[in-house]
Amino acid sequence: MELIYEKSVPGRHGVALPANDVPPAPPLPARLQRSGAAGLPELSELDVVRHFTTLSRRNVGVDGTFYPLGSCTMKYNPKSAEEAAKLFTPFHPMPALLLGGEPLVQGSLALLQHMDELLQEITGMDAVTCQPLAGAHGEMTGIMVIAAYHRAKGNKKKYVIVPDSSHGTNPASAAMAGYEIVTIPTAPYGDMDLDAFKAALSDEVAAVMMTCPNTLGLFNPHIKEICDLAHGVDALVYYDGANLNAILGHVRPGDVGFDVVHVNLHKTFGTPHGSGGPGSGPIGVKAALAPFLPVPRVVKLDDGTFGVADDTARSIGRSANFFGNFGVIVRAYAYILMLGREGLIEASELAVLNANYVMSRLKDVYELPYDQTCMHECVFSASRQMAHGVHAIDIAKFLIDRGYHPPTVYFPMIVKEAIMIEPTETESKETLDAFIAVMREAADTAVTDPAALLRAPVTTPVSRLDETKAARSQNVCFTG
Amino acid sequence: MDFTPHTPGQVREMLDTIGVKSVADLFAQIPPHLRAKSFDLPAGISEFEMLDRLKGLAKQNADVVPFVGGGFYDHLIPSAVDHLAGRSEFYTAYTPYQPECSQGSLQALFEYQTAICRLTGLDVSNASLYDGGTALAEGALMAIRITGRQRLVIDGAVNPFHRAIVKTYLENLPVEVVEVPPEDASTAGGALFGEIDDRCAAVLVSNPTFFGCAADYTELAAKIHENGGLLVSSVYPVSLGLLKSPGEMGVDIAVGDGQSLGNPLSFGGPAFGFIAAKKALIRNMPGRIVGETVDRENRRGFVLTLQAREQHIKRHKATSNICSNQSLCALRGLIHMSLLGKQGIVTLAQRNRDKAAYALGALTAIRGVTHINREPYFNEFTVRLPGRADDAVAALLRRGIAAGVPLGNWYPGGDKDIVVTVTEKRSKVEIDRLAKELESVLWS
Repeated sequence: MELIYEKSVPGRHGVALPANDVPPAPPLPARLQRSGAAGLPELSELDVVRHFTTLSRRNVGVDGTFYPLGSCTMKYNPKSAEEAAKLFTPFHPMPALLLGGEPLVQGSLALLQHMDELLQEITGMDAVTCQPLAGAHGEMTGIMVIAAYHRAKGNKKKYVIVPDSSHGTNPASAAMAGYEIVTIPTAPYGDMDLDAFKAALSDEVAAVMMTCPNTLGLFNPHIKEICDLAHGVDALVYYDGANLNAILGHVRPGDVGFDVVHVNLHKTFGTPHGSGGPGSGPIGVKAALAPFLPVPRVVKLDDGTFGVADDTARSIGRSANFFGNFGVIVRAYAYILMLGREGLIEASELAVLNANYVMSRLKDVYELPYDQTCMHECVFSASRQMAHGVHAIDIAKFLIDRGYHPPTVYFPMIVKEAIMIEPTETESKETLDAFIAVMREAADTAVTDPAALLRAPVTTPVSRLDETKAARSQNVCFTG
Repeated sequence: MDFTPHTPGQVREMLDTIGVKSVADLFAQIPPHLRAKSFDLPAGISEFEMLDRLKGLAKQNADVVPFVGGGFYDHLIPSAVDHLAGRSEFYTAYTPYQPECSQGSLQALFEYQTAICRLTGLDVSNASLYDGGTALAEGALMAIRITGRQRLVIDGAVNPFHRAIVKTYLENLPVEVVEVPPEDASTAGGALFGEIDDRCAAVLVSNPTFFGCAADYTELAAKIHENGGLLVSSVYPVSLGLLKSPGEMGVDIAVGDGQSLGNPLSFGGPAFGFIAAKKALIRNMPGRIVGETVDRENRRGFVLTLQAREQHIKRHKATSNICSNQSLCALRGLIHMSLLGKQGIVTLAQRNRDKAAYALGALTAIRGVTHINREPYFNEFTVRLPGRADDAVAALLRRGIAAGVPLGNWYPGGDKDIVVTVTEKRSKVEIDRLAKELESVLWS
């Protein structure tokens, strides 16, 4: 379809400002002015509305279809949480940081303080900040807190250990904090190879980053031992909360011995993913690390009101402008209030039930490299289908034709032709059964008519885009 | 309240299929010594009770007329922005990993990148970053990667929060950061030139500055280029309706906070950060980038491209750790820019300056209040009060007006100074009231 710039008609406009109630300002000196107006598209409001409505129809979301994108936790996003967030849209954050401003923002501060407390209880940590703006941002902030801790103690640390099944953000975040990365392979039993880990551990290790359950959807029964071994060399242990949704109420990272945790509010607590963001990545830490958390921090004052602490003496400083992605935090807060203790436990349990159900009903037709009870997601391989020339991507494209968003494919990288399915707890048995039937049909078709899978998708506006051409031509801006 | 559809009978059927007796059996892999010691949370409530409670909290915030910025601005947002970005095909989708069922967001992000390029006068843009401060830090890291140099010079007139974020990001890297104090509530001016040498990766500036001054960095760009470094400029996108664009000045990397484009204040977020650069620098950009291509029937389409820069492929060698960005907020920005159009953003920028000019006149008519910026302003300016600025601001806050940001916390000798922000949303009545109340606080 046409780009919005191709629909532009000189002289059109879509929005009018109120009448000007003040005199015009004197013109700026010419040296400060741009030479010509920026080429934004010229359209009526209806043109704009039609354009983006048409674009929206070329997208699928959780509201429209089952979206079992593994590791991304595409659960239902409650509408009431959207309404909750709208209640706070008019408030500027700056008064909170001004002398005398705190009394004017007590509602926002109270909400943040309560959210901190709820996340402390959920994760078993002693202090929480909601400032990081996404999971990876939380990781980086958390590793910087760890670096500040080691610096304050005079520790000479050089390495961060990550398993090879980790999200790419783990090593990338640690590298941004100046650490070298040591990658530990996955053992045949599906968890980080414990012997290799022990061999890699030394006084120079600053932190170990673990995802539990890991990206294979498997719970590591040795995590406490890993924490204890790390603490033996004064290395801290980081819990990547991407999969926290699997263990709510069953396991708390803080109880196990983790020192820092980040929580992906947009995964575990049902806030929408917005075609790639905004997310929100609060971090929780043990008491010894609390002084290093970024500022500003919300504090409860002796008189029961809430204040803002901006003391940078030991803090790592600022990881973002203000108090985080507040609108996302409000949605997650609303979600936690609605579900409550029992609802959160049930969410984890039914997410695990759904994943194991899908795994049980597909493992006779798809290779299951790690055949054991999974947590919230299961990872198959399309290796059997490869014998017929069909790859994971072809199965994904077939699913699109059948109206589904495909599972995650080719991640984790340690599984060849990975198909990673995360159904989430909000999907019904009927939905799962229908999806399972289509997955089985895909497996059958791979044998009977593999060409049909290679042709897919045939129902979409475009099919099998040329990614090599995109990377080579680097056309990232319309120049027409 | 829960959002799970399972009936007890279905749970039983599913357990039977799996071959276990109970849901607890699925958690049997977790050894007893790892079990949660506590999970003491309130009982769940309905959406109606939840909304009542949150309305109660929202009421504990006061309505304040904001003449403050600090990187976040109270602009008018056309109704269509909410309605279009509120389509759940956009907001309940994930990152567009499967292009065939994500052409909507991919094309929108390509159009967004184009709008950012046109606004900044640069060649390439990514699909958004977190916010203006982290975008500046990413711009600094990008310049360090490109030049292989370890020294950064920052104009002290850059937003103090953004400078703090840059310092936090660089704290653990072997990079020397030199801050050059600003002069006359404007920019660090000529002193920046003195810090530029062949070890300098980049100079970081902003336009307008934290004090509200518009600047032309053309000569600075030439100087840093002579020395083999890059110029990184943080810009306020609405100002680019009027002000010389980064591209016209020779800026290499432009960054900024996109909040002023279609995103509400929302107590500080979510909004989005943007980054744009000269074409030759694209492989060092952080974050996701959408590129145009064709499908197998030669139809135009869009995909995530140059992914070999990113963490999910390159892991610790990636250009950044960023994964989730702020796509939906960037979409809001694009919709807002599309509604404004080519002339609309010029009018909007002009209106901001008109309002600021009027407010400056009204405030400096007060005895003892003087304008101290050396350079022209856009929609913010700095005035010196006859007494402590934070006391005056606190007094006005009690009257429901956030009169400005006092500078004493960040700038030595700035105890009497405030930066006042006046967007198109502030009416003459509100501005007159600001002046009247300030006068009363100062002199009665």
